[in-house]
Amino acid sequence: MTKTPICTLSERELNPTVKISGAHILLESLKAEGVDTIFGYPGGAVIDVFDVLARHFSGDFRFVLVRHEQAAVHAADGYARATGKPGVALVTSGPGGTNTVTGLATAYMDSIPVLVFTGQVPTALIGNDAFQEADIVGITRPCTKHNHLVSRVEDLARTIREAFIVATTGRPGPVLVDLPKDVMQAKTPFHYPLDLELATYKPTVKAHPPSIKRAADLLLEARRPVIYAGGGVITSAAHQELRTLAEMLFLPVTMTLMGLGCFPGTHPLSLGMLGMHGTYRANMAVSGCDLLLAVGARFDDRVTGKIEEFAKDAKIIHIDIDPTSIQKNIGVDVPIVADARDAMAQLIAAVRGQGVPPEHRENLKDWHAQLTAWRSEQRLRFDRTTETIKPQYVVEKLYELTAGRAIITTEVGQNQMWAAQYYLFDEPRTFLTSGGLGTMGYGFPAAVGAQVAFPDKLVIDIAGDGSIQMNIQELATVKQYKLPVKIAILNNGFLGMVRQWQERFYDQLYAHTDITAAPDFVKLAEAYGAVGLRAETTSEVESVIKRGLETPGPVIMDFVVEREEGVYPMVPAGGSVKNMILV
Amino acid sequence: MEDSHVISVLVENKPGVLARVSGMFSGRGFNIHSLAVAPTLDPEYSRMTIVTQGKEQIIEQIIKQLRKLVNVVKVQDLTRGDYVDREMVLIRVRATGPKRSEVLNLTDIFRAKVVDVTHDTVTIEVSGTQSKIDAILELLAPVGILDLLRTGMVAIQRARKGS
Ligand SMILES: Cc1ncc(C[n+]2csc(CCOP(=O)(O)OP(=O)(O)O)c2C)c(N)n1
Ligand SMILES: [Mg+2]
Repeated sequence: MTKTPICTLSERELNPTVKISGAHILLESLKAEGVDTIFGYPGGAVIDVFDVLARHFSGDFRFVLVRHEQAAVHAADGYARATGKPGVALVTSGPGGTNTVTGLATAYMDSIPVLVFTGQVPTALIGNDAFQEADIVGITRPCTKHNHLVSRVEDLARTIREAFIVATTGRPGPVLVDLPKDVMQAKTPFHYPLDLELATYKPTVKAHPPSIKRAADLLLEARRPVIYAGGGVITSAAHQELRTLAEMLFLPVTMTLMGLGCFPGTHPLSLGMLGMHGTYRANMAVSGCDLLLAVGARFDDRVTGKIEEFAKDAKIIHIDIDPTSIQKNIGVDVPIVADARDAMAQLIAAVRGQGVPPEHRENLKDWHAQLTAWRSEQRLRFDRTTETIKPQYVVEKLYELTAGRAIITTEVGQNQMWAAQYYLFDEPRTFLTSGGLGTMGYGFPAAVGAQVAFPDKLVIDIAGDGSIQMNIQELATVKQYKLPVKIAILNNGFLGMVRQWQERFYDQLYAHTDITAAPDFVKLAEAYGAVGLRAETTSEVESVIKRGLETPGPVIMDFVVEREEGVYPMVPAGGSVKNMILV
Repeated sequence: MEDSHVISVLVENKPGVLARVSGMFSGRGFNIHSLAVAPTLDPEYSRMTIVTQGKEQIIEQIIKQLRKLVNVVKVQDLTRGDYVDREMVLIRVRATGPKRSEVLNLTDIFRAKVVDVTHDTVTIEVSGTQSKIDAILELLAPVGILDLLRTGMVAIQRARKGS
């Protein structure tokens, strides 16, 4: 293959008169942004980009060819959640673009910085119902933080820079950039405006000092305080500050599904997760507290249940970078619009400035005694005597045998909740799950993204038998790139979480939730050239996990579990702790 | 309390911006009573005047959600201060026999303008505050309004004294 020589970025900076194509500009821009990995799928409208990518940039980017565009976005999202860097996907026009919608909506709901570049028909054909034309900017407007159609090659570099700024700052989120084919072919001199400032976009990051002072006062006065920490703590890397503050003031911490890992799950001050399937003591604590410090969390209905009953005796301090999250679902006493890390650092300084009184711990003694009592009253539990495998046991064993050091992704449903309850996360960015949108089919491609980012780490998708079939085609991707992703299927032959609702609230009429007609997952793994293992009794679980983890390359572990096990405790939708179902 | 609010929004004059704003309203279940939009003195920007109703907390959300849109430069709730508002309407009425002079009379009183006439209809243009427009519509209703077109309200904050 002959290579057309091209000049490097620095040479071109010296010679800004050299004209290069839009495709070239796109890839140079990604390089300038520090991107090293692209997940994607080709097609006619982006063929120019793929050509330039393979011809001139194969040394600059790791390209991962997924087997479905939805998986490209989830993989970019998993990459972003695992690393903290933006994830990038590149797909074609029309169906390529529409296949990214679920991925975008997933990233949008969970505030994940993802950039999706879509091909588009040539500008002259836009609006003509051209072959593989879709108004992807129109379609994705409500499920992206922002999006762009680039209609002139001269605007390309600037638009990409803008997209990266918007995706990665403030409350992060996905941004889509639509690239017509003629714009990819047209040429212009390249300059990447790294120092670009956006006149109409300036997120607030610094907390307002008087509010911090009030918050510090309230924290020192409280007798029954609780910290309610969400995904924003992870996004802003405020986990150290969170821990410092909690330890300094002896504050118990509960986390949302998105927040797991932002405070060590094994820490004595951790109450575990709160909300619909949160721990008894976390929900009791929030219900009984006199001060709630919410940080990087948004009072989602799955957390609060009946809003009137949520933390009803508490003063609430709410730290969030997104002003629209504050006072949206619940009135708060001290609103603080700021980056969580900045606000927590200021809060620590304010508390230090005031000085923690020597009797502070003593003041909280009764509260901690109450928290301990709640803990012993109701622990997470399941029947340990059965020969049939309990799904909780599988997760518990996975935790034990990985020493809590794996990156865990999940699908959606019971599998997701058991993973959240029984695997304890001590580090941020080790639990990747679709919280806001609840996207079945997220976990496996997200695991692909995390594994690409960390080839040497153990990455496990805790899956349901239903969800795993939604992006099962990615077995070919892990095979091709030798990604040793492990999949643990909690195989109950049901769309289990829906079945559980039917059991509880719909007279056990299991309307269309039986999915026993399923592939043999062991043979399926083998068909893709991966390894498949199965456990059918409790006594086999440990050896299957051990073998699965020792086996190099991708592995499916199929755990045939108790079909009608439920996730508990459970606060029914719109209920309060008073309605909590314990088993 | 569901109060009416007049929100003035300065946006970048770019394709898709109106769709972003209206999509935010519909997607979040907020109500748009009227919306008027056109470029400002500086053609890079447009001004939207949006009239909406809602409880205090909803209005606060609307304003924050508008500010969150990347193409939005500035959002003001004019209802919180002193402002001047106008709307223009075109009203076509049946005007035959004695009704005709009644219509023309009202046109005079309201300082409206006749912009089109036929043997049996008169079309008038009137602009003013919401209460003025409500008043003329009420008075013309018995005559028989055939067609009605409203521009939606535009509004501007009153200039401060001495500036
Ligand atoms: C794409 C998508 N479709 C439908 C749902 C609704 N839903 C939530 S949980 C669930 C069942 C998931 O079944 P499975 O993956 O087997 O997990 P289990 O609950 O059995 O562990 C369904 C259908 C969803 N969350 N996502
Ligand atoms: Mg299942």
